[in-house]
Amino acid sequence: MVGPGRSRCCGPSGAAPAMNCRAEVLEVSVEGRQVEEAMLAVLHTILLHRSTGKFHYKKEGTYSIGTVGTQDVDCDFIDFAYVRVSSEELDRALRKAVGEFKNALRGSGSDGMGQISLEFYQKKKSRWPFSDECIPWELWTIKVNVVNLANEQERQICREKVGEKLCEKTINIVELMNRHEYLPKMPTQSEVDNVFDTSLKDVQPYLYKISYQITDSLGTSVTTTMRRLIKDTLAL
Amino acid sequence: MDTDLSSQDRKDLDKFIKFFALKTVQVIVQARLGEKICTRSSSSPTGSDWFNLAIKDIPEVTHEAKKALAGQLPAVGRSMCVEISLKTSEGDSMELEIWCLEMNEKCDKEIKVSYTVYNRLSLLLKSLLAITRVTPAYRLSRKQGHEYVILYRIYFGEVQLSGLGEGFQTVRVGTVGTPVGTITLSCAYRINLAFMSTRQFERTPPIMGIIIDHFVDRPYPSSSPMHPCNYRAGEDNGAVYPSVEDSQEVCTTSFSTSPPSQCVFTVTKAHFQTSPPMVTDTLKVPVMGLAFSHQPAALGVGSADMGYPVLFAGGLNAAHPHQLIGPGKEGGVPPVPNQPAHGTQADQERMCTPLDGVHYSAATPSSSEDTETVSNSSEGKCGSPHDLLETIFIRKVGAFVNKPINQVTMANLDIPFAMFAPKNVELEDNDPMVNPPESPETESPLQGSLHSEGSSGSSTGNTHDDFVMIDFKPAFSKDDILPMDLGTFYREFQNPPQLSSLSIDIGAQSMAEDLDSLPEKLAVHEKNVKEFDAFVETLQ
Repeated sequence: MVGPGRSRCCGPSGAAPAMNCRAEVLEVSVEGRQVEEAMLAVLHTILLHRSTGKFHYKKEGTYSIGTVGTQDVDCDFIDFAYVRVSSEELDRALRKAVGEFKNALRGSGSDGMGQISLEFYQKKKSRWPFSDECIPWELWTIKVNVVNLANEQERQICREKVGEKLCEKTINIVELMNRHEYLPKMPTQSEVDNVFDTSLKDVQPYLYKISYQITDSLGTSVTTTMRRLIKDTLAL
Repeated sequence: MDTDLSSQDRKDLDKFIKFFALKTVQVIVQARLGEKICTRSSSSPTGSDWFNLAIKDIPEVTHEAKKALAGQLPAVGRSMCVEISLKTSEGDSMELEIWCLEMNEKCDKEIKVSYTVYNRLSLLLKSLLAITRVTPAYRLSRKQGHEYVILYRIYFGEVQLSGLGEGFQTVRVGTVGTPVGTITLSCAYRINLAFMSTRQFERTPPIMGIIIDHFVDRPYPSSSPMHPCNYRAGEDNGAVYPSVEDSQEVCTTSFSTSPPSQCVFTVTKAHFQTSPPMVTDTLKVPVMGLAFSHQPAALGVGSADMGYPVLFAGGLNAAHPHQLIGPGKEGGVPPVPNQPAHGTQADQERMCTPLDGVHYSAATPSSSEDTETVSNSSEGKCGSPHDLLETIFIRKVGAFVNKPINQVTMANLDIPFAMFAPKNVELEDNDPMVNPPESPETESPLQGSLHSEGSSGSSTGNTHDDFVMIDFKPAFSKDDILPMDLGTFYREFQNPPQLSSLSIDIGAQSMAEDLDSLPEKLAVHEKNVKEFDAFVETLQ
């Protein structure tokens, strides 16, 4: 499904309070080779907070939750380390999206500016012939500006500076997570796929999609690509 | 209406808080072990993983935590604190961080204990995992072993932040409201790591004793013993000593080996709100023989070694965050290190950093000339010495230089189509001739590459032209309607008189000569220290 990078919220949902999709924007300036690691760091930090263990439903509507493991990741091109969820599948999915974003940034028509968005959404089943609605409830946008550096010394400084910036971003993300604003209600077994991505075998993040936009030198966005990184669940 | 907690809920809540406290300690201490942590996700719940997170329990740490808690729980006025400190092989120690788990009185009676509180505590632990990698002590702890080790201490009661030095920063990890109060988790961390600087270059054998035996209780004056965070028994890190660059988390002075025109002193990260004279900022120092303010060499390293003019901006003790001067592409050039002469944020509008510092720190007239020109020329430019030199020495000859030879026209006054503009008539009666600048060849080596085609063309070409009186009509300007039109502006400002300090002599002087003259200049400045101070006083 290709569409604009930002989804509109559509319609009130019965169970939830006022469904304003909260949106947060983070900005970073990085060197070309740091793009991947910086994006992964931010996306993993967000997903660490937005993933739970796998649900196991039992009788009478109760469920138990699996365990989420974590691991440290050191960046090679940035003086920074972050924690991510121990899930190779999730890591692969993020790397794939970030890799595409990086290639698009490098491609022609780009002056090194773009943004990658991580959107958490809920599905609302509609009757046939309408396809399911995707209602976003949280949108993180990371704006990236790629800089070119002339010599090794500047690169060294850039390593440190970007590391510090990412520390700040991590603190920002944690602050925002701590606001305890709207989260989808814990679903029943039949609804769990409308709230969580149950396709991974070891963890269960909230349903999310990653999209990106590249700004060309005219300042308009020329490329919009949306990638579905979840199991395709078109009802039709 | 009964708003009290049911007894089951109360019991659950107490249990949650207790295990949350224990897990918090585990996360913090494990993050300071110096190793990368990795735990596995498990889709089937084991029942023993509190908060659905795989956090290992190091028995000794649990033991210490339980001892500190002594059966109590964090409550108002009784916080659980984990103190992280660093101890060098010489025995010096320094507190780096205090992690506080506190409870305040703000209650959230409506919240569901077994579900919402539990999940929020889980989220808070994840935030803690993220934040423990972000404070400065993390990088220090990853490099512990040879010269220093990281120790932890758990205590319960009043939070003691005095050991963190001045200007410590606080970061809040998060809060969770419960029916009995709001749990807050935060970290106060030291900024001023200056004392390390005198030690960082000494190479010592590994501190094997401390590393191996982590059960020894050391006779500390504080109420509870410190424990090392590192128990890699006997592990040899390959005896790799941190290089100068690697120890930049500590307090850095690293030198660029090339190009010779730059001396870069990097500094520990985060913001310095107050800093003793020992901390230096990152500065790019131009090579030219400029006046500079003399500061006690903070670390005693570097400047002498490199033999380059070293600029320690006089205002490093100011109350503004110091930032690194980067390549100038990441959102612009960072603010100027504050100078005592200014004491305001107004400096931050200035783009060129170290030289402004030079300008305002040097009060004596003899030196101010140099600095004036430098800072004048550097206004509006990014703070790289190369740019600076370019600015000084670009000599674009205006269409018709009608002042005597020693003129330098600044690059940014170049008019469009300069070489095609008709000659200027209306100015001085003497000398409408275009004379090329007297010795473009003898200027700095940069000059050659910086001269534009147009100006050299015009300078060489015009000497051979005959002179014709033509009205000066600058491109795109209207006729003379207003008193001050474009043409007048051009004429008036095209050829400013050359600044005397920009005479060829200075330009031709080599770097070595500059350096040789430095000690004398230093001596002069030192003698005049009282004057400088008085001057600074008047400005404050």
